[in-house]
Amino acid sequence: MPAGSSYAYYPGCTLHSTAREYDVSLRLVCQKLGIELRELRDWACCGASSAHAESRLLGIALPARTLQAAEEMGLPLGVACAMCFSRLKLASHELADGDTLDLVGRIIGRGFGNKATVVHMLQVLDSEREALPVKRTLEGLKVASYYGCLLVRPRDIVGFDDEENPQIMDRLVEATGAHAVPWGFKTECCGAGFSVPRADIQLKLSHRILSQAKAAGADCVSVACPLCHSNLDSYQQVMRREYEHEIGLPVLYFTQLVGLALGLEPRELLLNRHVTDPLPVLKARGLA
Amino acid sequence: MKMAQLTPAGTIHPFPRSGLQVFVESQSGQQVLRCYQCGKCTAGCPSAYAMDLGPRRVMRAIQLGLKDEVLASSTIWLCLQCQTCSARCPAEIGIAEVMESLRLLAAAERSRPAERDVALFHRLFRDLIRRWGRIYELGLGALYNLRGRHPFANLGLVPRLLSRGKLPLLPQRTKGASQVRAIFARVRAAEREAPPSEAKEGTDASRQ
Repeated sequence: MPAGSSYAYYPGCTLHSTAREYDVSLRLVCQKLGIELRELRDWACCGASSAHAESRLLGIALPARTLQAAEEMGLPLGVACAMCFSRLKLASHELADGDTLDLVGRIIGRGFGNKATVVHMLQVLDSEREALPVKRTLEGLKVASYYGCLLVRPRDIVGFDDEENPQIMDRLVEATGAHAVPWGFKTECCGAGFSVPRADIQLKLSHRILSQAKAAGADCVSVACPLCHSNLDSYQQVMRREYEHEIGLPVLYFTQLVGLALGLEPRELLLNRHVTDPLPVLKARGLA
Repeated sequence: MKMAQLTPAGTIHPFPRSGLQVFVESQSGQQVLRCYQCGKCTAGCPSAYAMDLGPRRVMRAIQLGLKDEVLASSTIWLCLQCQTCSARCPAEIGIAEVMESLRLLAAAERSRPAERDVALFHRLFRDLIRRWGRIYELGLGALYNLRGRHPFANLGLVPRLLSRGKLPLLPQRTKGASQVRAIFARVRAAEREAPPSEAKEGTDASRQ
């Protein structure tokens, strides 16, 4: 993936709503690095965890529509959300079966060859890591890279990093000059969509992750998934009430960290949109 | 009770495969008899503490053909699909996929979900995709609170999210929405034509 490369870009629902800062920071970073993102036209939801909870076929057909569109553009499909990424990868894997491909082609109303490759934007930026034009080193900032569950699992389908102790985001964080702290909860589940129907479970899991990141000495957490972000960032005040534990750990998208290192301003990167304000930590390190 | 039988390929099975096992194996592509009950799945499962059975016991229940027990358990709904169990299973069973197949069975059998709110959440999520083509967070929350009869759930965060512009008031519009509706309809039609395989009790000839 050399500089100057182009991707069919699939933001996924949340990057146009609750996670707009992920979309904005990703676009700015890609612009700086000469990576072209061509957003798919009229894209639709990947089905998340709900489509395949009722129907395997629906869980394949919704992402297949996106795979078909990327194939038509003749570009690799770049995905930002870890959940969308997982659904698209799994669908592409299932569509390797010829009969499934025929059936799904009829269901989405367009036959296709399942030729588009699916990459997460973390992989795209990782390929730029060695030549990252750092303008403002993030030296002194201690970052806990949090991958969540779906980015690196299942290994035989996603297959770009270790399932228990992945390194790709840590490498990128280190390339900005920051320090990636070693810690044990990189791929523990944050509770995902349970923040609505079983908020008690989500709160417990997210709190555990943040406590561990804090105990590892991190100043902030870096994420690559809007759902992880929402669970870890937005609920810290609820945690304070529920567990009488002040976390106060800002949660940033990895694109925002890279953006800062590339010299972009905190406001441009929408760092002011997080519920847990990252600016005090960044100011204390002379980064904002 | 039938005694152990010899399959055509010569593999000995202690019991004929139950309909439950046949369904799970055909839908998930996993072989549940490979499970030797080491318990790594339950040990690493983030939501096991809230489950009645836990993944290890669900695996055993499938092996024993205990369909009612499995479908009535909270486990199949409290599985977050995080895949930690699958990643760690020494027998290389995709346990998360097994759980997913059990939710499909619950849907096919219209069994009463032990976790009503989780099932409702998934259903509303699908309804919103069908309607708008994309997810609409505020609409999802509102529908969930109304239909689930917990009108004040999760409201604490709303003002903070709104003030940061993180919660759009209106759904996103996409021209793809009509195509998405057509996909839902065609999936339903295809599944009516060929429903997920409903295997008969004790048919063992298909194995190996």
